[in-house]
Amino acid sequence: MKTGRQYWRSLEQLAGTPRFQEWLRREFPQGAPELAGQGSRRRMLRLMAASLGLAGLTACRRPVENILPSSRGSEAIVPGVPNWYATSMTVGGLSFGLLVESHDGRPTKIEGNPRHPSSLGATTAHAQAAVLSLYDPDRSTRVLRQGRAASWDGFEAFAAQHFAAARVGDGARIRFLSETACSPSLEAVRRHALTRFPGARWIEYEPLNQDQALAGSEIAYGAPHVVRFHFDKADMVVSLDHDFLGLDALSLGWIRQFSRRRTADSPREPMNRLYAVESRFSMTGAAADHRLRLRPSEVRRFGEDLARALGALEGPAPSPNRFLDALARDLKASRGRSLVLAGPRQPAEVHALAHLLNQALGNTGVTVTCSRAPRDDARLQIRSLQSLAAELAAGQVETLVVLGGNPAFTAPADMGFQGLMRKARYNVRLGLEEDETSAGAEWHLPEAHFLESWGDGRALDGTASIQQPLIEPLYGGRTVAEVVAVISGYKDRRAYDIVRNHWLAGWPVRDAEKNWRRALHDGVVSGSSFPEARPAADASRVAAALQSNPASPVAEGLEIAFTPGWATWDGRYANNGWLQEAPDPMTRLTWDNAALVSPATASRLGLATGDLVRLSRGRHEVAAPVLVQPGHADDCVSVPLGYGRAMCGRVGRNVGFNAFLLRTTDALWSAAGLELRRTGRTARLALTQNHHNMEGRPLILAATLEEYRKDPKFVAHSKPHLEPFSLHKEPSYDRGNQWGMAIDLSACVGCNACVLACQAENNIPIVGKQQVLRGRQMHWIRVDRYYQGSPEDPGAAVQPVTCQQCENAPCENVCPVAATTHSPEGLNDMAYNRCVGTRYCSNNCPYKVRRFNFLDFHKGLSEAGKMVFNPDVTVRMRGVMEKCTYCVQRIEEKKIKARREGRRAIGDGEIQTACQQACPAGAIVFGDINDPASRVAGLRNHNRGYGLLEELNTKPRTTYLARLRNPNPELA
Amino acid sequence: MSGINGALILGKPALGDITAAVSGIVERKPPRAWYVAFGISAALTLVLGAMLAHLVTTGVGVWGNNQPVGWAWDITNFVFWIGIGHAGTLISAILFLLRQRWRTSINRAAEAMTLFAVMCAGIFPLFHVGRPWRAYWLLPFPNADLAMWPNFRSPLLWDVFAVSTYATVSALFWYVGLIPDLATLRDRASTRIRQVVYGVLSLGWRGSARHWRHYEMAYLLLAGLSTPLVISVHSIVSFDFAVSVIPGWHTTIFPPYFVAGAIFSGFAMVVTLMILARRVYRLENLVTMKHLDNMCKVMLATGMIVGYAYAVEFFTAFFSGNPYERFVFVNRAVGPYAWAVWIMFTCNVIVPQVFWLKRARNCIPLMFVVSILINVGMWFERFVIIVTSLHRDYLPSSWGYFRPTPVDILTFAGSIGLFLTLFLLFVRFLPMIAMAEVKGVVAGGKTHGEAKA
Amino acid sequence: MAPIFTESADRLLRVVIAALLLLAAGAAGLASWIFHPRQTEVGYTPVQPVPYSHKLHAGDLGMDCRYCHTSVETAAMAAVPSTETCMNCHQRVRSESLALAPVRESYATGKPIPWVRVHRLPDFVFFNHSAHLAAGVSCVSCHGRADQMIEVKAVEPLNMAWCLDCHRNPAARIRPREYVTRLGWRPDRDPLELGRGLVAANNIAPPVNCSGCHR
Repeated sequence: MKTGRQYWRSLEQLAGTPRFQEWLRREFPQGAPELAGQGSRRRMLRLMAASLGLAGLTACRRPVENILPSSRGSEAIVPGVPNWYATSMTVGGLSFGLLVESHDGRPTKIEGNPRHPSSLGATTAHAQAAVLSLYDPDRSTRVLRQGRAASWDGFEAFAAQHFAAARVGDGARIRFLSETACSPSLEAVRRHALTRFPGARWIEYEPLNQDQALAGSEIAYGAPHVVRFHFDKADMVVSLDHDFLGLDALSLGWIRQFSRRRTADSPREPMNRLYAVESRFSMTGAAADHRLRLRPSEVRRFGEDLARALGALEGPAPSPNRFLDALARDLKASRGRSLVLAGPRQPAEVHALAHLLNQALGNTGVTVTCSRAPRDDARLQIRSLQSLAAELAAGQVETLVVLGGNPAFTAPADMGFQGLMRKARYNVRLGLEEDETSAGAEWHLPEAHFLESWGDGRALDGTASIQQPLIEPLYGGRTVAEVVAVISGYKDRRAYDIVRNHWLAGWPVRDAEKNWRRALHDGVVSGSSFPEARPAADASRVAAALQSNPASPVAEGLEIAFTPGWATWDGRYANNGWLQEAPDPMTRLTWDNAALVSPATASRLGLATGDLVRLSRGRHEVAAPVLVQPGHADDCVSVPLGYGRAMCGRVGRNVGFNAFLLRTTDALWSAAGLELRRTGRTARLALTQNHHNMEGRPLILAATLEEYRKDPKFVAHSKPHLEPFSLHKEPSYDRGNQWGMAIDLSACVGCNACVLACQAENNIPIVGKQQVLRGRQMHWIRVDRYYQGSPEDPGAAVQPVTCQQCENAPCENVCPVAATTHSPEGLNDMAYNRCVGTRYCSNNCPYKVRRFNFLDFHKGLSEAGKMVFNPDVTVRMRGVMEKCTYCVQRIEEKKIKARREGRRAIGDGEIQTACQQACPAGAIVFGDINDPASRVAGLRNHNRGYGLLEELNTKPRTTYLARLRNPNPELA
Repeated sequence: MSGINGALILGKPALGDITAAVSGIVERKPPRAWYVAFGISAALTLVLGAMLAHLVTTGVGVWGNNQPVGWAWDITNFVFWIGIGHAGTLISAILFLLRQRWRTSINRAAEAMTLFAVMCAGIFPLFHVGRPWRAYWLLPFPNADLAMWPNFRSPLLWDVFAVSTYATVSALFWYVGLIPDLATLRDRASTRIRQVVYGVLSLGWRGSARHWRHYEMAYLLLAGLSTPLVISVHSIVSFDFAVSVIPGWHTTIFPPYFVAGAIFSGFAMVVTLMILARRVYRLENLVTMKHLDNMCKVMLATGMIVGYAYAVEFFTAFFSGNPYERFVFVNRAVGPYAWAVWIMFTCNVIVPQVFWLKRARNCIPLMFVVSILINVGMWFERFVIIVTSLHRDYLPSSWGYFRPTPVDILTFAGSIGLFLTLFLLFVRFLPMIAMAEVKGVVAGGKTHGEAKA
Repeated sequence: MAPIFTESADRLLRVVIAALLLLAAGAAGLASWIFHPRQTEVGYTPVQPVPYSHKLHAGDLGMDCRYCHTSVETAAMAAVPSTETCMNCHQRVRSESLALAPVRESYATGKPIPWVRVHRLPDFVFFNHSAHLAAGVSCVSCHGRADQMIEVKAVEPLNMAWCLDCHRNPAARIRPREYVTRLGWRPDRDPLELGRGLVAANNIAPPVNCSGCHR
């Protein structure tokens, strides 16, 4: 977006609603501060103590400190030197390879495993936050029987007699309910259990699953297939409601490959083009060159039209439509180099259409490949859950074993699953939390976190990786495999044996041990990926399916669309403060979910952001705050799932509203017939960004590919041309290492992984909703998001902003105590222990990247809670300023390492900042700008490179690469 | 000097009458009004104590300050009080050097006020920091432990010097001026305690020619010394903003603009207090319409300067062509804080215009109201400069809005309480009018310096 | 009316004022002296759970520091040795000694020996032993002649000013790497010029900016 274009500040202002005007004018809007907090007596005592505290502040001698060396030494563990282990994390039946840093036995930081196909060294925001969940003191810590404390021994005794053949026979009245499993070793245990209890059944249910995709492939190919995308080969990408750059990404490889094709290093380089068809404004939509707002129900019709337009489907050619025709022509022009994707929330038919289209366009086998699904017997999970519900209702289930997950919370509302569970005489529940499902369970067993237990899993392409524990189970949890082993009398009982023996059995004895060690070390089992299948999509079968299940006519009234919760996913991360506080990439909302509606719909219904409404479908209803989302499809309300957990830890309890209460068996992803009633009440939404336009300022520079080709120096030409001069002689930074960073705005998809990575690396505190409302969030790196164009159908652009490490740092000369000064390597050092907290530096920072500890944000941390801290970074106290330091602890570590090895030179890429390492898009590059050969030096002098607000002569060390877009000239 | 507004002293009092009138206040039991006022302000002072304790134990977060508004009421109050403190030194020093005889009846009270205002001002920079117990790091003392000096490039450090110097000098000035009167009180004292206390305080003043000569010299020197301070203090305070890069702060006209504003608000406060004092203590003969009339003129003049400064600011912003600057001033006029800006403009520029009318300058109630309004307006001026500039600076993504918390409000109220408490104690125990000097103004008398002339 | 004040009152007053000023100044000076690490830290000699003598081991027996402080060359921490390390010898040597009872007990029970920290830095200081050894700074520079101490005793204040002294002109305390653990080592020529040579040769540039030690 050039500086010249039209920007608007925020919807309300554009609309100029009286409410907004009033909000602007009002001196004390609603919400008194938290002064009237807890016990006033305690506060009174504190006040009295204060006077004393003020008096006696002279430093007295520190108390005696002990050094406790371990009795037995171990060469593996050097005090203070972290070790790295490969492991994997499984979400929704797919595993991501991780490398985990362990400080003296404490896992503190998670990175992606470069060897793993779905992580490629990067991580998702959720993976970054997993360490916090590991130490969550609210996790389930005890075995409960009927809500009373019991023990594992007690359970084993119970299991021994309860599951005895004599009692349960063939186990016809036993049912297992687990999440989608992708663990080969668990599969073995499962098979054993089902042979042990032939009459039993094992149901898998995951609220956010890939069923539609599997079913779709079954329609197209006659058998369920897993699909892999190859964005690196695709010039033309069409997303049918698939947020493949956001929450729907099943492999970070997708983002990496896609972004590689967006970052033209020279005007000649080709660039891909993305058409996004979606209802909610997703990060994929933000990255798209062309975006079509459609209600979920309209996407299928669009797909059919596209298929007909391309001749993939018989039938009358669709009525002329500018977008569709241009798209069709584009696709025709790039046969074999395009890619059509259908989103997991779209019905099977749309997926089938996508397969058909890819085949018709010659993409199959090139940009999209398949492999047979691991299990053919996989049916639609919802169907199996329904039958289970029926059996429970009919009292045919005596023992229900719920293995992980939280079905009582996530099952469709019309099922009343929580009640049904009680119908089973015995229900045994293994879970990470004491949650909705544990309530009324005969047995509640604490599950082990993936960082504290053995396991394994498969990635999208089938690559298996071992899940290696970093620490003994903190609260005595056990894994699913272990519990099933106890129940079914499997030969191995300990997770380690179950996993190890399973894999060893599969290898020739000779090199079994070697393979095992290798698998542990690499984090992947070599050659374990699924063989590629080359099925042919059958147009007639697809046509038949479309016939048999015709698209419902676009209904009047409102449509509801369910989306994964940004922070909570399906509710499993609700108690994770890091995620709750990380703003939703698009809405910038924290500590909440909201019903998203388009501006037009909002004005039609007289709604404004913050209004509390009642959403209802039939007898299901819930109260939700409205958030007006520019670019959202009209007459459609998107509701994120996974919030509003009633039985949850202290962090996530009753945060947001529970959208599952509206989700019914017949409407898992979207449905018509939503009723919306205003309550007249309002809620305060903690948004971290309240102004969404750039005021015409040159912040995110952008151009289309043509413009770039016409004028490769468009950046220089679009910025105000000034020759900044200085009154005094400025220090020159031309010797030694000079650290700098370059961020490519063409690559960044705004996924927030950097924000979480930074939080984990730098001990950044959680402040809570009230403080976010006051504007005191602490993130050292934030991803700004700006809209452009009409509020109805705007474009969006994102920009990660962190300390720019200015060479002429405005913050430095105003600090009265010299707590922030410049290092000879060009870093803007911040000495927390010197800071007295005048906040002058923050006031004088044009980028507003400095963060102040207004209160003691680490107060009341449990011992476990403290274990997550990175010992290489000071934990800042109340009253001091803090900010990004380019992860100076990592820089110093590598520098010292180099010195030890007797070399001075530090290789390019040897030092990675936390944000850079986590970034799936590879948008962040850090290095030595003084080394002309380094990548960052190249990008700094790139013709797309520029410094944010460089006209202030701050000489930022962080530079940006202007955003490129590749719109279709026909649609321009 | 003729007519009501002509005379600096009315009723042709004998020198003894003046002594009696002024010392009487200190010697007699104070009127009920004093007790009421003292009760209220003392209570407010306790509130201040509680709020500061709460702040220190809990953190700056008890105030409404946030990202991006790192400074709000705290620094607003600081600049406000420092401003109030300006009239005192101006009256004592500059008017003295300019031989303005009309200063004599009001300078004592004005100087006291200055002192108390500076004390109130001192509270805020000290407690606005995140770790007040480390605030001493702002002082340049040799410390072998850290070998760290403060950063001499930081305007905040300049503040430390400017304000502390100012406080010291005005305290000395005030005290030196007090000595002869303290001696008078000592001599009139009826009780032993009074005799001893005033005796010690008057440092053995015996009114000998030698004493008077030293006294005159000291007074003259201090006057000379504090004259530049009148300019320097608020100029340096204004550097806190002028030196930064924030649009709305980064302005070269701040020093004169701030000084004018300070004198403006200072005189307003003197008027407020003197009107009350002369009423309660029946001092109409010593603090005459002439004094009030002059002060009104000063307020009118400085008010115009302030108004001019506002205009220049807007013009510069427009003329600079700098989009960020322009935005700030548009945002001030019509943005979220427009209400504050318009209060400021009305109170500081429009209201004082009434003083063009002689009638207005004779109408005490009107004067009183206007002086209060000016103080309100000047508080808002600082609020506007600080908060509206910060809340929307360069990156729209980080724009915010500041809302004060009850603690903000109570802390400010508390500082007013402290100010009034100190002032009430002053009028109770010290001569609020410089007897020795006033005597110089009565027909045929000579004031400072003229003795030698 | 009898005079309240005597003739000498004026003088008395002056004396009192002067005295008060002096007192204030004196108090400030005294406090800053008392609370200086040179007073609070230097000489700190806590009683250790085991009467371990560095003089005996490192001095008389001439054991190298690195035998016990294994990670000193490779890590930030010099690492106090595990009980196992002690037992390597003491399983045989003086295996019955009463003084060694806590060691044997720790070895048997697996419970660590609660050694008392002598050299303490605030937790916002990130000191790295390996970096200093790599540069050729000897143990003796901070820990003194440990090889002559029966009980370990803090000999340096370890305050920031003291660190900066060396960081600003390292030459005085740089020696060839192979001698860093030879506490008594004396160069054959002028140590300062030797140091200068080494600083130039290995271009040793100790950080004097904040993030060098505070992160």
